Amino acid sequence: MPDPIHQFDINRIIPIKIFGWDASFTNSSLFMVVAAVLTVGFIMVSMSGRSLVPNRMQSVSEISYEFIANMMRDAIGDGWQKFFPYVFTLFIFIFVCNMLGMIPGFFTVTSHIAVTAALALLVFTSVIIIGFAHNGLGFLKLFVPEGVPAAILPLVVVIEIISFLSRPLSHSIRLFANMLAGHITLKVFGGFVVMLLSAGGAVSFLAPLPIVAAVALTSLEVLVAFLQAYVFTMLTCMYLSDALHPGH
Amino acid sequence: MDAASAKLIGAGLAAIGMGFAAIGVGNLFGQFLQGALRNPSAADGQFGRLILGFAVTEALGIFALLIAFLLLFT
Repeated sequence: MPDPIHQFDINRIIPIKIFGWDASFTNSSLFMVVAAVLTVGFIMVSMSGRSLVPNRMQSVSEISYEFIANMMRDAIGDGWQKFFPYVFTLFIFIFVCNMLGMIPGFFTVTSHIAVTAALALLVFTSVIIIGFAHNGLGFLKLFVPEGVPAAILPLVVVIEIISFLSRPLSHSIRLFANMLAGHITLKVFGGFVVMLLSAGGAVSFLAPLPIVAAVALTSLEVLVAFLQAYVFTMLTCMYLSDALHPGH
Repeated sequence: MDAASAKLIGAGLAAIGMGFAAIGVGNLFGQFLQGALRNPSAADGQFGRLILGFAVTEALGIFALLIAFLLLFT
């Protein structure tokens, strides 16, 4: 069976060294640039008409705006507007990266923990900074839920702190593991076709079965690509809501 | 037992976790349908939460699958 991990290899396209650090332009960077250029280009072209009655392309931009705006209005409440550009950028970037990865032969940027961990740590640090800037020391109320009996309060505070610190971990691993496992599964099913065909005889007539499974899995993966982008931004909204209104 | 066969057994053990995630996802959609059939007008408003719960539950199964893959292919 061909090695299913091979699709995640990172190759240097333009080697760059800055003060001994390897800052090469890799295929991962290339697809990040492609995702950014596609998004910015699409939104600029689609919104260039600025017509009152939108055409098809403008509708796509407006629907995605409305989608994120509604989500933030529900999850964050007052003061969501300030964070809209950040959350919208996160969603569109992750979604386009996931979708680009679904095209055969393309590299999936979000299947590397380095990328997702950077995104999750960005959310984590900005939640801490926004929380303290917005509430001062009142942000610490996040760790002290109201209405808990004094006897078990120390235990609850410790649990709350641990769950707060483990947020970036689960936030990044969820996206990364979903993309990685999905792409490996597709590759493994592709490998089954080759194995059945090379077995020869009557067994090779079974070869179409894994192809059917791979097609079904591909459609599932398109759903997962959207869902994981949605979940990542949804959790970002919930964490931002914690930063704005702690202790509720 | 050599390391290669121990890895294969470990991958099989890790994949057991996916079954429990399957129970969770089935439970989730079952409960949602039960609630949605009782009060269909409120069902659409809870779709976001359903999907969130699905993704969070499914991710745990994916973690188990990830461990299995890491044992098999690295």
